[in-house]
Amino acid sequence: MNQTLVLAVNSITLGGLLFLLSAGFSLIFGLMRIPNLTHGSLFMLGAYLGSTFVLTYGLDFWVAAVLSAVLVAVFGGLIERFLLRRLAGNSLAQVLVTLGLAFMIADVCLMVWTGDPITVPTPPGFAFAIRGPGFIVPAYRLAIILIAVVIAAALWLLLERTRLGAMIRAGVDDPDMARVVGIRVSRLFTVVFCLGAALAGFAGVMGAPILSVYPGLDFDMLPLALVVVILGGTGSLLGSLIGSFVIGFLYNYGQARLPELAYFVLFLPMVVMLLVRPQGLFGRHVP
Amino acid sequence: MSRARLVAILAALAILIAAPYWLPGTYYVNIATQILIYAIFALGMDLLLGYGGLVSLGHAGLFGVASYAIAVVLAAGWGHAAAIMLALIVTVATTAVFALMSLRATGIGFLMITLALGQILWGLAYRWISVTNGDNGLNISSRPAPFGIDLNGASAFYYAVLVVFGLVFAAMALFVASPFGASLRGTRDQPRRMDALGYHVWMIRFCACLFSGLLTAIAGILFVYYNQFISPQALALTASAEVVLMVIAGGAGTLLGPVVGAALVVIMKNVVSAYIARWNFMLGAIFVAIVILMPEGLVPGTVRFARWARKTLAGPVPRVATDPEPGR
Amino acid sequence: MVLRLNRRTFMAGTAAAATGAAGFPMPSIAQNAPMKVGVLTPKTGVLAAGGIHNEEGITTFLKERDYKVGGRKIELIIADTAGNPAGAKTKAVELVERDKVDMIMGPFAAFEHLAIVDYLAQNKIPTFGYAGAEDVTQRKANPFIVRTTSSAAQSYYPMADYAFKELKVKRAITMMDDFAFGYEQVGGFQRPFEELGGHVVKKLWAPLNTPDYTPYISQIEDCDVVAAGLTGSNPLKFVKQYKDLGLSMPLAGGLTFADDIITRSFGDEADGVYNAIPYSIDYDAPANKSFLASIRKYYGDNVPIGFYSAAYYVNGQILEAALQKTGGKSDDPEQFIKAVRSVELTDTPRGAISFDDQGNIVCNIFVRRVGKKNGKMENTIVKVYPKVSQFWTYDPKWFLAQPVYSRDYPPLKS
Repeated sequence: MNQTLVLAVNSITLGGLLFLLSAGFSLIFGLMRIPNLTHGSLFMLGAYLGSTFVLTYGLDFWVAAVLSAVLVAVFGGLIERFLLRRLAGNSLAQVLVTLGLAFMIADVCLMVWTGDPITVPTPPGFAFAIRGPGFIVPAYRLAIILIAVVIAAALWLLLERTRLGAMIRAGVDDPDMARVVGIRVSRLFTVVFCLGAALAGFAGVMGAPILSVYPGLDFDMLPLALVVVILGGTGSLLGSLIGSFVIGFLYNYGQARLPELAYFVLFLPMVVMLLVRPQGLFGRHVP
Repeated sequence: MSRARLVAILAALAILIAAPYWLPGTYYVNIATQILIYAIFALGMDLLLGYGGLVSLGHAGLFGVASYAIAVVLAAGWGHAAAIMLALIVTVATTAVFALMSLRATGIGFLMITLALGQILWGLAYRWISVTNGDNGLNISSRPAPFGIDLNGASAFYYAVLVVFGLVFAAMALFVASPFGASLRGTRDQPRRMDALGYHVWMIRFCACLFSGLLTAIAGILFVYYNQFISPQALALTASAEVVLMVIAGGAGTLLGPVVGAALVVIMKNVVSAYIARWNFMLGAIFVAIVILMPEGLVPGTVRFARWARKTLAGPVPRVATDPEPGR
Repeated sequence: MVLRLNRRTFMAGTAAAATGAAGFPMPSIAQNAPMKVGVLTPKTGVLAAGGIHNEEGITTFLKERDYKVGGRKIELIIADTAGNPAGAKTKAVELVERDKVDMIMGPFAAFEHLAIVDYLAQNKIPTFGYAGAEDVTQRKANPFIVRTTSSAAQSYYPMADYAFKELKVKRAITMMDDFAFGYEQVGGFQRPFEELGGHVVKKLWAPLNTPDYTPYISQIEDCDVVAAGLTGSNPLKFVKQYKDLGLSMPLAGGLTFADDIITRSFGDEADGVYNAIPYSIDYDAPANKSFLASIRKYYGDNVPIGFYSAAYYVNGQILEAALQKTGGKSDDPEQFIKAVRSVELTDTPRGAISFDDQGNIVCNIFVRRVGKKNGKMENTIVKVYPKVSQFWTYDPKWFLAQPVYSRDYPPLKS
């Protein structure tokens, strides 16, 4: 096995998973300026729901993923409509609410699914590996890259080519002006939050065959989403995409070549980026 | 200071001083000690968050620096007084470095940088095994004996912490009322205007960070003497998040808020957890409830509620104006 | 969480709290007073699964005997440490000073135990330690502790022996979580393996919350066995990623890698994983069969059963044997712990157990192989190593004179 080649390929596949994880966070953070600290919990919730659909009800993996995404979206919508909307403008309170919710969701998951970890089998049809000269990559991981790209494209189309997207962008750039021209910004924010939550839940199910599902998954994944969004840039889809792959590379090579620094191989670049270019690589606004 | 306030303060002092006598057992005295230690930590955070408008998610790292400094030099044979001095200096120095980096941003950027720096300190605590002993942590075998008083008993240590808390609280009260405190609040509310008026906003914030670091160091030192143990877990992100929650839940920008917030969290974690299995859920639910019902925090919210209650109970009869309340 | 298990114990508990308010520490002097057993275990947080199973194990034992053990009524008080040292300390103080327990079982993790070991010794609380930190019963042993599970390295010695002699492998790479338990497991593998003539080629350490082991797996080459002793839910991710990357060298785990509970979650990729652990569901002894029937009766047929539950069940048996020796008395901690240390049982779900001079358990270690049985992944015992102690075959004096296992000790032979 050629280590460099394996790491290179894995950087890309991990980047794909990170994009799925952070797209939702980036959307909400960029558009609503809310660092949604419940994001990791929604990811975990989606993973748990997906695991139950697949293992207990025997649903097809992809159906389970979409179903979980929908359920988490609904839940996210409720959070936004009844909790976050009341606190618009009070970012301190929003931080508190999302953190409090994170504790609650974690405890509920523990109650429902107990503390034993759960694996979700790789969806049938992808449970093989592709061998190349000196490296091997599981087919499912390649599928994740494909899905990440498709979702990135879909999000881009949504934002750039649809009326809804235009309204969202208007709401981001200048919410008051948008209201003046008749855009229902509050309702828009609910839609965006639902979308972000759906992405988080979907990503949770997508990640489950690789990461498994266990208590603590939420706070293991949240810092990664944070780092991707900071590095790639807030409010920028391209930034999240590029950021994910950059983090993928940093993670793989960092862990392999600098094991002494494994605990902070991701946070050091984050600090550097925040000092040097706080809006990230492609960010539209400074956080 | 109005008479009502003076009476309230004296009553509170009396309750605190008499605590080991009316609390049902040393276990509860220990809980009270923990509340005071975390209250100091929360006051330090409130300085930055409530009065300065800067949310830091890395303060547990600074807390840990103080605790580890004590543990490491005690193991190397230093005396307590020297250890405490060193821990204070090292922590404030670290805070200075953090502040230099973090103050290049404000708002969410500041939050992110402090989060990352806190995580880096946490990682160091795990990996720098030769100094920190990794996840096994470090033990401390003795507590300081100021003026020869033995602090090993729960009540004795409680009083020592109470004295420190009293000094810290008084210092905070003085600070808040001082011109510097006012200018800090100014930088929170209207940074550009302050700048235009000629105030050095960055320097004000930097000094606030240092003062906050000092209070955090004090809390960290008391913590490691209380537990007689320190391990990397104390520097985790959740620990930083908890102290932020204490301040916001109690009431950011007030003096009593952090104390109430600290009491809330400590009691929930330690006392309520003995009776309710899902205390974690309850803690989250309480935070959410506070945010919805009293977004400015428990202390200001309660004051507001008390005023509303008083007005409602007083009835619709128009009243002649009585004592005007000093500008709130 | 303090769990009052029936109304009578609740009343007794409030009475005890009331007397506690008087400020006098009062151990249960009278033989007729219930013996209070405190349990420090994580019921919330990431380690919660283990805590839940611990509770199932001891509760099964007590329920079988209607909470009467060795002639004494037992009051079980469970305290949730949330899996962190400060929580462990606070709950330990709660159990000792508020609930006035006569002994403590637990706590779960090494860092929790090290935070309270001095406190418990000062207060003379007999402790059935659970965590695997070596020095607790070695270089920092204290007379009030017994460890009833296994030291970190203790389970790995037989694994190394089996790997070299039966699997006939000679070059090993170790893959562990980067914390003290991982370091001690590696010591347990490396020493016997290299003494027999094997060679540990590389040591890989991953942070505890690693999502993707590929950077480490990609460094695995030029070896014929991987000693992987990951903890928590990490084995699931690792084995999947290991097989996905096409590696086929056998995996040799310790007591956390393929415990019967986590094996339930493994998929086909875990076929052929070896592990060494002080308990196995398929251990064919009457005591084990009755334990399994019992726990299933109280918690349902599908309850996950593994070392977490069995160890605490055996704790109950040790307690029973000790109380029988002291005639039901527990008020003298020195006498009680001496009785505990002299316990020797043959009829437990783990087989024969006894304690060495430092208070660590001497027990069977089962080497098992994971395979598919009835459509599920299960462990099958391939070899039993009897009477394994924390010192393996080494002279205790020599062993204790060496430094404790750490990241760099024993060092890699070049």
